[in-house]
Amino acid sequence: MTYDRSHVVLSVRDLSVNYLARRGRVRAVSNVSFDLHAGETLALIGESGCGKSTLNLALIRQLPNTAVTEGAGILYTYRDGRQVDVLKFSDRAMRRFLWSECAMVFQGALNSLNPVLRVSDMVYDTASAHGIGRDEARRRVLKLFEQVRLDAARVFKSYPHELSGGMRQRVLLALSLLLRPQVVIMDEPTTAVDILTQRSILDVLKELRAELNFSVIFISHDLAVAAEIADTVATMYAGEIVEIGPVNDVFYKSRHAYTLSLLNAAPRLSVGREELMSIPGSPPDLIEPPPGCKFHERCAFATDVCRTVPPPLVEYEGGRLAACHETERVLENALETRKAALA
Amino acid sequence: MTPIVELRGVHREFIKDRERVPVLQDINLEIEPDEVICLVGESGCGKTTTGKIIAGLLNPSSGEMLVDGRSLASRSGKEEKLLRRQLQIVHQDPFASLNPAHTIGDILSFPLRRHRMVKGSGGLQRRIWELLTMVDLTPPGDIVNKYPHQLSGGQRQRVSIARALTVQPRLIVADEAVSMVDVSIRISLLKMLQNLRRELGLTIVFITHDLALAKYFAWEGRIAVMYLGRIVEIGRTPDVIANPAHPYTRALLAAVPEADPELTRHKQAMRLRSDDIPKLTALPPGCAFHPRCPFYVPGTCDVNVPALTDAPGFAQEVACIPVQQGQAAQQIVEDDVDLNPVPAHGLD
Repeated sequence: MTYDRSHVVLSVRDLSVNYLARRGRVRAVSNVSFDLHAGETLALIGESGCGKSTLNLALIRQLPNTAVTEGAGILYTYRDGRQVDVLKFSDRAMRRFLWSECAMVFQGALNSLNPVLRVSDMVYDTASAHGIGRDEARRRVLKLFEQVRLDAARVFKSYPHELSGGMRQRVLLALSLLLRPQVVIMDEPTTAVDILTQRSILDVLKELRAELNFSVIFISHDLAVAAEIADTVATMYAGEIVEIGPVNDVFYKSRHAYTLSLLNAAPRLSVGREELMSIPGSPPDLIEPPPGCKFHERCAFATDVCRTVPPPLVEYEGGRLAACHETERVLENALETRKAALA
Repeated sequence: MTPIVELRGVHREFIKDRERVPVLQDINLEIEPDEVICLVGESGCGKTTTGKIIAGLLNPSSGEMLVDGRSLASRSGKEEKLLRRQLQIVHQDPFASLNPAHTIGDILSFPLRRHRMVKGSGGLQRRIWELLTMVDLTPPGDIVNKYPHQLSGGQRQRVSIARALTVQPRLIVADEAVSMVDVSIRISLLKMLQNLRRELGLTIVFITHDLALAKYFAWEGRIAVMYLGRIVEIGRTPDVIANPAHPYTRALLAAVPEADPELTRHKQAMRLRSDDIPKLTALPPGCAFHPRCPFYVPGTCDVNVPALTDAPGFAQEVACIPVQQGQAAQQIVEDDVDLNPVPAHGLD
């Protein structure tokens, strides 16, 4: 996919989220910054507890009260060029902003759909809350249902339990686009579904993106899904974005040891016999994170510097960022792996 | 060699809402000692039910299971008990399969004592230490007095495996045993299982929906692909993955995204005739895959149930009549991959 690099839709600046627990402050997200461009698909990848879901809930300000969000801003640019800071929205403005400018698709479609309402009623409710008439809403949603390859008329009249898991997920995808948002956030939308269902959701998503040109923040622990649909990939570890860049660069020329280790642990189907490696240990405690680089205890490249000095996020060629002291050694290793794979 | 476990014409049905649900139909499977066999398929294909039958947790509705060449029913009570003990299972969810009120030491000591696997309290402790070391939970002293909630998902799954090993099984069914564990930790669990297999001469039945993982884990073993209660393809892993025979296997392999951007974006797509999976209570006649199958031959596939047998050009066995007749070979390449069936215009 190509996207417009000159037009930034969402600019996240220095965002941190802390949960207040009895033992202390859990630093779930620390100093995250990134830009999302018009039409761009950004995949946030990382393992459980890395802060990717917290980050996304923070973007739409849907975190529980125990979470404290701080930051220099979440700057959103409307289609007419007006810029606002989402962090400064009132609750009312936030409600208006959600769905019409920024929509969410969650994992587990059954939990996102009201079991006692027909799909049609959910559509009408949403539309009327945002000042759109019934006929217009109906017209739009039927078209969207066709675009996600659903039997539009039947699905429109159905209750959620009458639909299969894959159909529900596509209903959610269609509903998220009902108010023509510029940004859609998807949290593991293909995680709980079967292979062929996942394939149809991914295909549908690609088609919709090509036609409607919205931006996507895609959260996943599945590297394969990210490899397939992302323009840009950001790796998260222990609440930080440790590497971000164009998808091919991040996968083939990894500059952070964690990204490289994750890739070395992911089996691929069509490459014959593989030697894979696990990452030793487990993710760090976010209340008292280790000093220096938070990954150093599990890192095969770690040196004395890594154990004491937190690596800054440094910019490299091609609009890439990585926070790794040993980035040159990592890159060399990644390039060798790639060369071996191509041979 | 006599198979350690053999399923012969196994059917299994469940009753749901007074309706008979045929979950498994005519499963024939021989599991050799020391082998790794992967059962793969989507939800509802019967892989877990097959695993439970192999582990002795469920009985077939009809057909029989032989252990070491003889059915369990034909053995004495004592013999049956011993054989059942040798077939163990590791469940998917380590949060649900370990009792939260017991320490890890307790969890391991119950089966050891119940089955008199050790002598005296010294022997018990030694064996627990040994088991924890075998699953790389070291030092064991740090683990024995902990409760499950104090361990990570990966550590808990190691405890589950250690528990299965308490009774010195010859076969372990691992039912989605690493699905709930993070990517970075999965591989070490799988490697540990492989090491245990080699050291203890274990047979492993590995059940997963993740084809890439199946390929990695069972590279030296076999893969059986299941669809709606039947095995549709079975053979050596490299054969099935590199040269899939059954159209369903081909569709699955084509559909899986790969952790490699170039590879995954240039994969040959395979479009099925329908996305809908038939219900088990209303299975299509003939081959259950025919309503979705791109190789469908009217008058054949919707009438005859294909047998699982050899096919020309393939080293593995496959249950597909067109493939067995050599007709489907040319159709592998999908000629018309239309990714944009919807007119390309926006909402406005």
